[in-house]
Amino acid sequence: MLIAQRLALGFLVLFVVSLIIAAGVDALPGDLCQEMQGQGATVETLKACREEIGLDKSLPVRYVEWLGGMLKGDFGTSLANGREISELIGTRLQNTFFLAILAALISVPLALVLGVLAALYRNGIYDRAVNVVTLSSISFPEFFIAYILILFFSVNLGWFPSLSNISPEMSIAEKAYKSLLPALTLTLVVVAHMMRMTRASIINLLASPYIEMATLKGMTRRRIIVKHALPNAWAPIVNVVVLNLAYLIVGVVIVEVVFVYPGLGELMVDSVRKRDIPVVQACATIFAATYILLNMTADILSIITNPRMLHPK
Amino acid sequence: MNEIQRLQKKFEAGRISRREFISRATAIGAAAAVPGSLFSGPAAAAPKKGGHFKLGLGQGSTTDSLDPATYLDTYMQTIGNAVYSYVAVVDNNGDIAPDLAESIEPSPDAKVWTAKIRKGVEFHDGKPVTPEDVIATYQYHMGEESKSAAKSLLAAVTDMKVDGDNVVFTLSAGNADFPYIMTDYHLGILPTKDGKPVDPTSGIGSGGYAVETYDPGVKSILKRNPNYYNDDNAHFDSIESLVIKDVAARTTALTTGEIHAMNRCDLKTVHLLKRQKGLQVIQTTGTQHYSMPMITKQAPFDDNNIRMALKHAIDRETIVKTVLRGYGQVGNDHPIGPSQKYFNKDLPQRAYDPDKARYYLKQAGLDSLKIDLSAADAAFAGAVDTAVLFKEHAAKAGIDVNVIREPDDGYWSNVWMNKPFCMCYWGGRPTEDWMFTTAYAAGAEWNDSFWSNDRFNELLLAARAELDESKRRTMYYEMQEIVSNEGGVMVPMFASYVMAASDKIGMPKLAANWDMDGLRAMMRWWMV
Amino acid sequence: MTDNKDTLGQTADAVAPPPPRKRRLSDTLKALRKAPLSAKFGLVVIVFYVVMAIFAPVLTPFGESEIVSNEYEPWGVEVAHETAGGGSETVTLMLGTDNLGRDMLTRLLYGARNTIGIALLTTCLAFLLGGVGGILAATLGGWPDQILSRIIDVLMAIPALIFALLLLTIFGTSVTTLVLVIAVLDSTRVFRLARAVSLNVVVMDFIEAARLRGEGLGWITLREILPNIMPPLVAEFGLRFCFVFLTIASLSFLGLGLQPPTADWGSMVRDNATLITYGDITPLLPAAAIALLTVGVNFVVDWFLHKTSGLRDDQ
Repeated sequence: MLIAQRLALGFLVLFVVSLIIAAGVDALPGDLCQEMQGQGATVETLKACREEIGLDKSLPVRYVEWLGGMLKGDFGTSLANGREISELIGTRLQNTFFLAILAALISVPLALVLGVLAALYRNGIYDRAVNVVTLSSISFPEFFIAYILILFFSVNLGWFPSLSNISPEMSIAEKAYKSLLPALTLTLVVVAHMMRMTRASIINLLASPYIEMATLKGMTRRRIIVKHALPNAWAPIVNVVVLNLAYLIVGVVIVEVVFVYPGLGELMVDSVRKRDIPVVQACATIFAATYILLNMTADILSIITNPRMLHPK
Repeated sequence: MNEIQRLQKKFEAGRISRREFISRATAIGAAAAVPGSLFSGPAAAAPKKGGHFKLGLGQGSTTDSLDPATYLDTYMQTIGNAVYSYVAVVDNNGDIAPDLAESIEPSPDAKVWTAKIRKGVEFHDGKPVTPEDVIATYQYHMGEESKSAAKSLLAAVTDMKVDGDNVVFTLSAGNADFPYIMTDYHLGILPTKDGKPVDPTSGIGSGGYAVETYDPGVKSILKRNPNYYNDDNAHFDSIESLVIKDVAARTTALTTGEIHAMNRCDLKTVHLLKRQKGLQVIQTTGTQHYSMPMITKQAPFDDNNIRMALKHAIDRETIVKTVLRGYGQVGNDHPIGPSQKYFNKDLPQRAYDPDKARYYLKQAGLDSLKIDLSAADAAFAGAVDTAVLFKEHAAKAGIDVNVIREPDDGYWSNVWMNKPFCMCYWGGRPTEDWMFTTAYAAGAEWNDSFWSNDRFNELLLAARAELDESKRRTMYYEMQEIVSNEGGVMVPMFASYVMAASDKIGMPKLAANWDMDGLRAMMRWWMV
Repeated sequence: MTDNKDTLGQTADAVAPPPPRKRRLSDTLKALRKAPLSAKFGLVVIVFYVVMAIFAPVLTPFGESEIVSNEYEPWGVEVAHETAGGGSETVTLMLGTDNLGRDMLTRLLYGARNTIGIALLTTCLAFLLGGVGGILAATLGGWPDQILSRIIDVLMAIPALIFALLLLTIFGTSVTTLVLVIAVLDSTRVFRLARAVSLNVVVMDFIEAARLRGEGLGWITLREILPNIMPPLVAEFGLRFCFVFLTIASLSFLGLGLQPPTADWGSMVRDNATLITYGDITPLLPAAAIALLTVGVNFVVDWFLHKTSGLRDDQ
């Protein structure tokens, strides 16, 4: 019931997002034909171009046409180069998910372990050091972290390639090897947030009576935190982890540009720049759906991990 | 070959005209066979066949397509030059070299041009290239529903017809530079059927390389065309061209050996790049210039005194040194580059002179001036920096330049030719006539200063049809002077194309008309 | 955090404040003395930055965008500089010059001024919007909550960078639009947090009691809920504040960002970033400036969190 209601609301949100994107891209100065022809545009060629791709029709008409196609599962074709959007997006979507999964596999366990350790040795040297390092790592812009990693791991040490131009015919291992630097960059970007939340939610629980009880029973601090505090701290942690996963999927434009990684983010930015509305729409829909699904997962997970929330007063 | 060399020497010494050189060279049917290495220094070894060439370019977009009518930037333009053949091409000295045409002959008034199409050239799918293909391709760009930027270039063509192996072009007025138009990167010859291209996006041409895989905005893999007619070009077995937009990524890819060559080096760090072993940093200065158009229809730019004040208020030397890091030359407020044939050497170089700028301000009845200058790095890398430097320079002349950073996105449709004073770049055009006609003739579509000068327009038409070298020179000299002293565009600098390549790559003398060896790096370069 | 700044500002002239304030002041001072080393360090950093930002024009002889020498001069180079009186003096450029020959130190100082100002303004605006929205949504519940939450869902479902790209291209990149756009985007995160923590408080008995007392909405939100949800909001404030620099840096990567020649740290990292590939540490300076401030602010936030949770233990 809850899930059905959330799904329905999710579709509503998707619909509004697509409206906003259509209106937003349309409100941008210039249109696809001007962007495609650049300095070479003339009145005549612009007119021909607009007629050919249907830009002479009004925005509502184009939107309804797009929506009709979408409901039938047809993404349409790119206005800029006439390619099928589903084909254009296919491999890029896989690549985006691949990178997100790789980054998540590294960052989530790392953040949890660091966070638990920081809570365990809170206010000690270790805690401070982890805090300084992770806080510094999020204060550097993404592209800058990427440059530094490239400098060390590919220019100086030569361990990893500086370009992650993966292609579908590569094996998973080869893809993972080539995508490791972008995944590490993303790890550095998201790990601090997750680690701090893990630490904070555990420490938050340490004042609870049942923890005190466990302490009085003479349990070790390590055992208290892992066995008693952590299970109860899951809800906020899961929330932050899921939000960061969403970021790993939708927020990686810059990392894609720096590592020449063929993902969905760059496709979307390119398409916004060229005003290719159907492609922007398709990307925005995918991103929004990802976000909504992950958000829902977070809610459901926190309900599952916390039975009290299953039966609200 | 001796005949060609003698002609070449004569031409370089200025004893015969470029036109004469072409027609005489084409007359002996050998111009296309002039190898690029003929013009290069002693260091260049003879080209060698083979190898896999990996190229990283700073342009390209996921919205690209293989259709030549849609080419917008260096990435697709270089691919076009490798995949298609053109009626003629520009060689590395900036002269016309026939490609598909064995010869191109003008009528005495330069109104009718006859191109003899080479026999036995095949498209990648095995179909022979015919004169009909040439006409149908040109019509594809000229037609009603054409969205090609080449449409306006071909506007003067009134008639095309096949005459045996020849294509006969009739123009509405004489144009001594018509063969240069045929080299435009849009005009690669496509396989056609019933007067229409079979599929312009298929990437089937008759050039030195055939498209193997094409992923727009990511990479393209090209394989050498085994049936290519000209053995002096297309040396690599295969080419991989990558889109690497971030300049730092491009540079590290080159230094770590993941690519063999790149374009648009980061000028801020090029001095450090030069120190790297195993690399060559190469530059060509041709027609690419950075300009600052003022809309002369509007106050205050309708007053030439204001324009002259601004032209004197910019320290060109400093900007070339700082923004271009020396990779360029100062401009003289007209669009003709120092390496071009009719460059006016007698026109004194305008210098930074705040006092003179103040003088012109006074002439305009002003003590001080406050103007907005729109800038974005979309205009050219360093445009915002240039604007900021100009602000500092102009302040000394009592001019307050308010720099407005515009979004990169939509710059050409929203800012250029819309805001009264902005930053702009021109890739340049191979001939004086082409450049002036495109951006300075009254009423021209891209006359970005909305400038109109009767004497200039008169000279433009006269010079276009003039076949006499020295008369033409006098006219172009005067036109440059008019543009420099009265025009609505500041041209502070000519920017070099700065590229870098592994020293495993051999190259002849580089062409300067476009980026990447006149867009023909894939055809002309080889693996040492 | 603002409390601490005020307090420190007053210590110098705190000779004879009125009695009740004296009490509070000495309490705060005592708390300060007892503060852990990390919090003291954080406070010193913040005060240092604020002083630098306020006195930037006094601390450097150069103007914000004045070109003083050649581009990329090394550290410690000396240049002649015209003084205001018309004379000439020799100035040592401690950190050399940037890509246009402007003094790096001057740019950093003015960068502090501009960036901290903008970041503070943006974050405050984001917290005002998101915080008020979140608390209201939680307190009112029902359809106002539904409407607000769905609006926020829509805003969050659009990738932030793309959204900023759209908005800034449509409305132009003046400081005002930049602040507004980043504030709106940030406020969505604040909204979620404020709503979530408020929901926990709203069901408490003392809120019910206040309602029964007939207190208005304003009283309940400001006097009853707000004080109880401050800790997580402050923690968020510390991070959000620093993220503004990063957002500006990311936007300048896409060709948006502050109007030149305004110095801001985000764009300064971007402008000089390519140097790092050659091991030149110039771009590290503005990046380190951001990092130091982030660490400093968050140390103070951590201390504040610790203190608030500690107080709860005492009760």
